[in-house]
Amino acid sequence: MNVQFINPFIEGTVSVLKTMAFVEPRAGKPYLKLDTLAKGDISGIIGLTGSAAGSLALSFSEGAILKIVSNMLGEDLKSINSDVKDAVGELTNMVSGVARKNLEAAGFYIQAAIPTIVSGKDHSIAHVMGGPSLIIPFEIDEGVFVVDVCLAE
Amino acid sequence: MVDNNIKILVVDDFATMRKVVRNLLKQGGYEDIVEAEDGVMALKALKSQKIDFIVSDWNMPNMSGLELLKAVRADAELAKTPFLMVTAEALQDNVVAAVKAGVSNYIVKPFTAEVLNEKIKKIIESLQK
Repeated sequence: MNVQFINPFIEGTVSVLKTMAFVEPRAGKPYLKLDTLAKGDISGIIGLTGSAAGSLALSFSEGAILKIVSNMLGEDLKSINSDVKDAVGELTNMVSGVARKNLEAAGFYIQAAIPTIVSGKDHSIAHVMGGPSLIIPFEIDEGVFVVDVCLAE
Repeated sequence: MVDNNIKILVVDDFATMRKVVRNLLKQGGYEDIVEAEDGVMALKALKSQKIDFIVSDWNMPNMSGLELLKAVRADAELAKTPFLMVTAEALQDNVVAAVKAGVSNYIVKPFTAEVLNEKIKKIIESLQK
């Protein structure tokens, strides 16, 4: 995968979570994922088409997503409910939007579909292009999450 | 002086995002807020009650924000309703399409309460001139 694709997704993730959920996620070292197993308890997946095509998934641990959505809504959420699932879709949408805007500046014109949500322990993520995908790990005090991108020119 | 006593319609297919936008609007002093989950439901709301301002998402199933904007501008009774497009789609072509369709302004997600309420205030002020 083109290394130019990495930073727009890191910047998008940090910008969205900082603005909408008032958390400052810390990014870890990116690595390649060879299987389809999700790295979290709930994931949002969105298809990408255009001058680069593939898909983006955001996969959150329960602790991380409960903190993020609680902050977004100003409510103290205790479990993954419909509000949380909804928020994961919207967060995926927003991260994709910021990343695509940044990629546009680099000459890539990419459109996005409507996100879908998958939850449950050990759920899988089926990337449009098959894989392998690039994992960018993040953490906040309450848990971890990953940005899982599979994008090809 | 901008009047905060207006009825705002928030249109978004994600209930959570409607709740987030509602919370942000309340921080700006806007209390009279109604919601719709897509463009079709928004048009029903617009036909059944007096709405002063529309804050709509772009990317929705059934009827997108752009299609809703076009429908509002094509309706003689609704045409002048201020329309703020909320979008993750800040791509140049989309902005041009929204401006051509008569959008009052647009705001790119993610955004803060200050940015949202400032955009609304400026649109209302421009209409009062």
